[in-house]
Amino acid sequence: MIEIINLYKSFSGQQVLNGLNLKIADKELIAIIGQSGGGKSVFLRHLIGLVKPDSGSIIIEGVDITRVSRKELDLIRQKFGVVFQGGALFDSITIYDNVAFPLREKLKLDESQIQQKVRELLEDVGLSGIEKKYPAEISGGMKKRVALARALVVEPKIVLFDEPTTGLDPILLRSIHHLIIDTHRKYSFTGIVISHDIPEIFEVVDRVAFLYKGRIAEIGTPEEIQNSSNPISRQFITGKLDDSIKIL
Amino acid sequence: MEKLIRKIGSKAIFIIRMAGHMFIFLVKSICYIFIPPFKLKLLLKQIHFIGNKSLLVIVLIGTFTGMVLALQLFYTLRKFGSEAMLGPAIALSLIRELGPVLTALTVTGRAGSAITAEIGIMRISEQIDALTAMALNPLRYLVVPNIVAALIAFPLLTAIFNVIGIFGGYLVGVELLGLSAGTYFSQMKQYLDIVDIEIGLYKSISFGLIVSWISCYKGYYTSYGAEGVSKSTTEAVVLSSVLILIWDYFIGAIYL
Repeated sequence: MIEIINLYKSFSGQQVLNGLNLKIADKELIAIIGQSGGGKSVFLRHLIGLVKPDSGSIIIEGVDITRVSRKELDLIRQKFGVVFQGGALFDSITIYDNVAFPLREKLKLDESQIQQKVRELLEDVGLSGIEKKYPAEISGGMKKRVALARALVVEPKIVLFDEPTTGLDPILLRSIHHLIIDTHRKYSFTGIVISHDIPEIFEVVDRVAFLYKGRIAEIGTPEEIQNSSNPISRQFITGKLDDSIKIL
Repeated sequence: MEKLIRKIGSKAIFIIRMAGHMFIFLVKSICYIFIPPFKLKLLLKQIHFIGNKSLLVIVLIGTFTGMVLALQLFYTLRKFGSEAMLGPAIALSLIRELGPVLTALTVTGRAGSAITAEIGIMRISEQIDALTAMALNPLRYLVVPNIVAALIAFPLLTAIFNVIGIFGGYLVGVELLGLSAGTYFSQMKQYLDIVDIEIGLYKSISFGLIVSWISCYKGYYTSYGAEGVSKSTTEAVVLSSVLILIWDYFIGAIYL
C-alpha cells in the first residue's frame, strides 16, 4: 500500500505539487496523467526519494520515507524497480551487464544464476539475442524494453514507469503497453505509470489519476475518467484548446 | 551603489556556499574510499583511463619540455660560463616544478574533461538516478574510483614525465650542443636531493586529488542539457588548472 498525504513541492518559487493526496493499493496498476510540466515526473521522483518534498508524507508499506535515514530509505528503495524516461541504461556496459547489474550489486548471486535470470527477463521483454550489444547500438523502443527487464530482474514489489512510451511509434507504443500488462500479470507488482498516451493508456491500467495544478483533480477507473463530467478532465482527454485549461 | 553591494554580496555567498558544497562532496568521497565494498574493477579501469591512456601525450610533452629547457638554460648558463650546471638545472626544474605541473595540466585537459563529460552525461540521462533508485551509492561507482586512480596515476605519470624530460634535455645538451654526458649526469646527482623528489611527489599527489575532485564534482552536479555538460566541462578544466597553479605556489613556498 502506498499513501501520499498532502505533498507539497516548489522549485524556485514555482509550486509544482500543491497538496497532493493519493492512495494506491497493492498490485494495482495506476496511470498518472496530466499536462506536460505539471509535476508528474517530480511526483514519481518523490516516491523513490530522489526529491525531498517541502512538506507532506509518502507512506510505503507503513513507512514514511520522508522521515527516514538514508540507510532506511535504501531498504525501501530495494522494493522498487524504475523504468526511466530514456531508459537510463549504463552506456559503458553491454545489455547483458545492464540487466545483470542490480543482481550482481545487490543480490550477490553466482554467475550461472545471474545468466539464467537475465536470459529469462530478456526473453520476457522479447529481446533474446542482443545480450552482447551496447545501449548505443539498439533502438529507443528496445532500450525501454531493456530498462523494463532491468527494473524487473530483482522482482520488485513496486514498479515506476516514467513515460515509458515517449518518442515511440504507435505500434511500439502498443507493444510496450502489452509488455506492461503481461509483466504485471506475471510478476504481480504495484505499477505506477506516468503517461501521455490518451486514450491508449486506458486499456492498460486499473485506475487513472488526473494530476492538475499539483493535485489529483480526479481519480477513477478508465471508464469513469473517460465519462467524467469534470470539464478539466474532459478537456485534457479530448485535447481541446479553447476550454478550462489555458495553454497560451 | 546599494545594488552593486548587493550583487557582490550575493556572489560572495554563492561562492562560499559552492566551496562548502564541494568540500562536503570531497569529504564524503574520501570516506567511501575506506568503506567496503571496494570497486576494484572500476578502479583498474580508471587507472588505465587516466594513467595508461595519457602516457603518449605525457611522453611527447615531457620530451619537448626537456629539449626546450636544455636550449634555453644552455643559452643562459653559457653567459655565466656555467654550462656544466645544465643537468642539475633541468632536473631541478622538472622534478620540483614543471614535471608535476605540466603533467597535471595535461591530464586535466585529456582525462579530467572526459571524466566531467562522462559523469555529466550520466547525470542528464538519469543514469545516476538509476543507481540511486537501485539503492546503490553513485559516489562509490563514479567518484571514488576516479579519485583513487588519480592518486595512483598522477605520481607515476609525473615520474615518467621527469625521466623523459631529462632524456630530452640530454638529447639537446649532450648530443646537439656538445656537453659531455658525464658532466650532465654527475652534476645532476650532486645537486639533486631526496627532498626535491619528495616535493614533486607531494605536488603530483595533491594535483591528482584536485583534478579528480573538481572533474567529478562538476560532472556530478552538471546542469541539464548538452549546454550544461559543455559548461561543466569547461569549468572543470579552468578551475582545476587555476587550483593546480595556486596550490603549486603554496607548496613551493612551504618547501623553499
